[in-house]
Amino acid sequence: MSSAIEAKSAVRMVGVSKNFGGVRALSEVNLEVRAGEIHALLGGNGAGKSTILKILRGVFAPTSGVIEVNGVTLSEHTPEESKRAGIAMIFQEMSLVPTLNVAQNVFLNQEIKTAAGFINDREAISRARELFKSLDVDVDPYALAGDLGAGQRQLTEIVKAISQNAKVLILDEPSTALSAHDVDRLFVFLKKLKSEGVTIIYVSHRMDEIMRIADRATIFRDGKHVITAPLSELTLSSIIQHIVGKESKGLTGIARENTKTDKVLLELLDVSGAIKPKNISFKLHTGEVLGIAGLLGSGRSAIARALFGIDPIKSGKILIDGTAVQIHSAADAIKHGLALIPEDRLRQGVVLEHSVSDNLALSVFDRISSKGWISVTKQSDLAKEKIASLKIKTATSAHAVRTLSGGNQQKVVLGKWLATDPRIVIFDEPTSGIDIGSKSEIISLIRDLAKQGKAIIVISSELNELLAACDRIVVMSDGKIAKDIKREELDSASKNLNAADAMQFAEHRLQETLQEVRSHV
Amino acid sequence: MSDTSVSTQSRFGDWRQYIIYLGFVGVFVFFAITLGHKGFLDVNNLLNIIRQTAMIAIMSVAMTYVLCAGEIDLSIGAVAGLASVATAMAMDIGGVPLGLGAGLATGILVGMINGFLTTRIGIPSFLTTLAMMGIAKGTSMWVSGTKAIPILSDGYNWVFGGGSIGPIPLVLFWMLAFGALGHIVLRKTTFGRWVLATGGSETAARYSGIKTADIKFRVLIISSMGAAIAGMLYAGRFQTGRFQLGEGDELSVIAAAVLGGTSLFGGKGTVIGSIMGALMIGLINNGLILAGLEFSQQLIARGAIIILAVAISQNRKQS
Repeated sequence: MSSAIEAKSAVRMVGVSKNFGGVRALSEVNLEVRAGEIHALLGGNGAGKSTILKILRGVFAPTSGVIEVNGVTLSEHTPEESKRAGIAMIFQEMSLVPTLNVAQNVFLNQEIKTAAGFINDREAISRARELFKSLDVDVDPYALAGDLGAGQRQLTEIVKAISQNAKVLILDEPSTALSAHDVDRLFVFLKKLKSEGVTIIYVSHRMDEIMRIADRATIFRDGKHVITAPLSELTLSSIIQHIVGKESKGLTGIARENTKTDKVLLELLDVSGAIKPKNISFKLHTGEVLGIAGLLGSGRSAIARALFGIDPIKSGKILIDGTAVQIHSAADAIKHGLALIPEDRLRQGVVLEHSVSDNLALSVFDRISSKGWISVTKQSDLAKEKIASLKIKTATSAHAVRTLSGGNQQKVVLGKWLATDPRIVIFDEPTSGIDIGSKSEIISLIRDLAKQGKAIIVISSELNELLAACDRIVVMSDGKIAKDIKREELDSASKNLNAADAMQFAEHRLQETLQEVRSHV
Repeated sequence: MSDTSVSTQSRFGDWRQYIIYLGFVGVFVFFAITLGHKGFLDVNNLLNIIRQTAMIAIMSVAMTYVLCAGEIDLSIGAVAGLASVATAMAMDIGGVPLGLGAGLATGILVGMINGFLTTRIGIPSFLTTLAMMGIAKGTSMWVSGTKAIPILSDGYNWVFGGGSIGPIPLVLFWMLAFGALGHIVLRKTTFGRWVLATGGSETAARYSGIKTADIKFRVLIISSMGAAIAGMLYAGRFQTGRFQLGEGDELSVIAAAVLGGTSLFGGKGTVIGSIMGALMIGLINNGLILAGLEFSQQLIARGAIIILAVAISQNRKQS
């Protein structure tokens, strides 16, 4: 590739905005990617990365803005039009049919045929083999896609896209499910594609990867374009600065008084699952809020799944109140006083068509009934108590949960679990998908629960949320606990920062820690 | 999940995909030894098995497509009965050509309704075809006044189901013809590949630009057509159109396909396996009758054998 071509734009998105209903997901952002470069797209959760990539791929139409691919303006915004323009997006495990073999997948919907018009699988196998060989990828074209490991599956998806003449490849968190070795292979492959003139847009939370592979980076924050610069002009610290920004997002006002007692309620001793987590040990005191942080795929949620009996534990011990307990199922976990509030609350947590009162009572019907008859007064007492204590905004307790706002629906789920009177509450992404006002309310609730003497674990990808809620944060990497940090350690030495700046400082420190432990793997 | 040790197993596949052939041979040998003296091995008995199972086999060829695409069709038995009635009544009015037209039109029409409701309105095929089962059966009872309608054309009865060349029943040729056609289309054409892709992962197929709704629409038409043709063969074999013809066949047909290695979850299946599955069910039925079991006992034994065979062939998912 000559330098004249390199300077040309492969993708130019100018003034792109996107509204979902009343919510503005992107406002007037620009994204310019040069032909033949590897361009990193960075930003925190909700920064708008996925949105802009889906617009480029034609999944969403922009509300306004212009998109040019190789100098030609896209006239319509459909997946077909984007594909025609040479845009390909590697969806995680989405574009391969597990029951077909690799060669059949590569040539799916562009099958190689004999003169008589029949499919020629033998030719497909040999062409796939050539294709893989020319790209230095070691995948058996006969293997069923469903039998491939994550790394090979990813490479196969990329080869499939390349075989369909993709000029611009979008990779969204491609390394999440990959081992370090697979990531190395992926990078060798991406560099080879780059040398052949393919343009790559690379999205990852893992800065070490970005530093290794990307030529330039664009950073988004809260749906806005922050900066586009060559990697050589950016440092890890400056990137994190741009991603975190200055806004405190309204989580600074929550009081975090020390309610931790000396009593150890839950203790994990060297607990390992089949793959993740690995050798986890920690103690959780009553009145303490423990945060679990980590990049995607670090094994954050695996701890919760193991603790709650969803994934089997292969070795190690779980102690509650100092005695070893066996947890083989969610029912065992509940019996021992654990509650897990899952990420996908609305599907797993409530019956939308049922009333607030019925939902709150759902997991404790046995306690509020006698001889199979539900006590109306006990149920209404329970509903009243939870509606008041959780500040659930509903017209009456008889209204269907469907009629409530998102944040209040979340509170109903919470109330339902709290009705079982758990001693240890695990929150997995407690505020995903709810507005900022409800977020701070939920975090206040978490602090209240700690004050009531419950032991709490919060698993979250949102760092400011962990910082606002937790007394202690463990940082996961590759299924292990890489760091165990007291919340105070993240505070600035300087006492005269205002709340927002202090939060920003802590978030910056925590983000750096996440990246550090990652690069030490 | 290791990355490297995949190839040998998947190239030759799991041994379970051959279970139907082993099972077929096993059952055959078992009956040959235990029931040989009762005439199991007589050529006439074996040809009878073909006569009795050809329609199930033909429907199972079509069902293979439906299951491979990740759908199901429960209406086929009732559609076979309806097609037999439509053929017989139309033939009475307009002779053989009108009879043939009416039978085939029945299949196309029902298939289009099933396909439309499933892919355009979004009702799961399980429900669409369950409802269609009742509608088709009701329609055939109503138009025929629940009576058997005789077919007087000897030519029709000979070609469709009743005739034989020498000792070989013509339905064997029908079965082989549909089997060959079904096998080639599923294995060697883009349509067949897209059916397998749609059932294997609808998302992946759609991302690859395959119009999965159209594929599902078409497999439901294929299945109804298969049922209509089976109904016309029943009509020829019994020289009548009657609503009970084909009644309950959907279960035998689905069992045949699953016995033959077709996955109820889509994406995996072979036409030859389904035909073998149908023949195996025929063998079992025949053997149980020769063994002198009462009808009630036959039902129990057949159910148990099918559950066993399916359990062995489907076990794969867990590992």
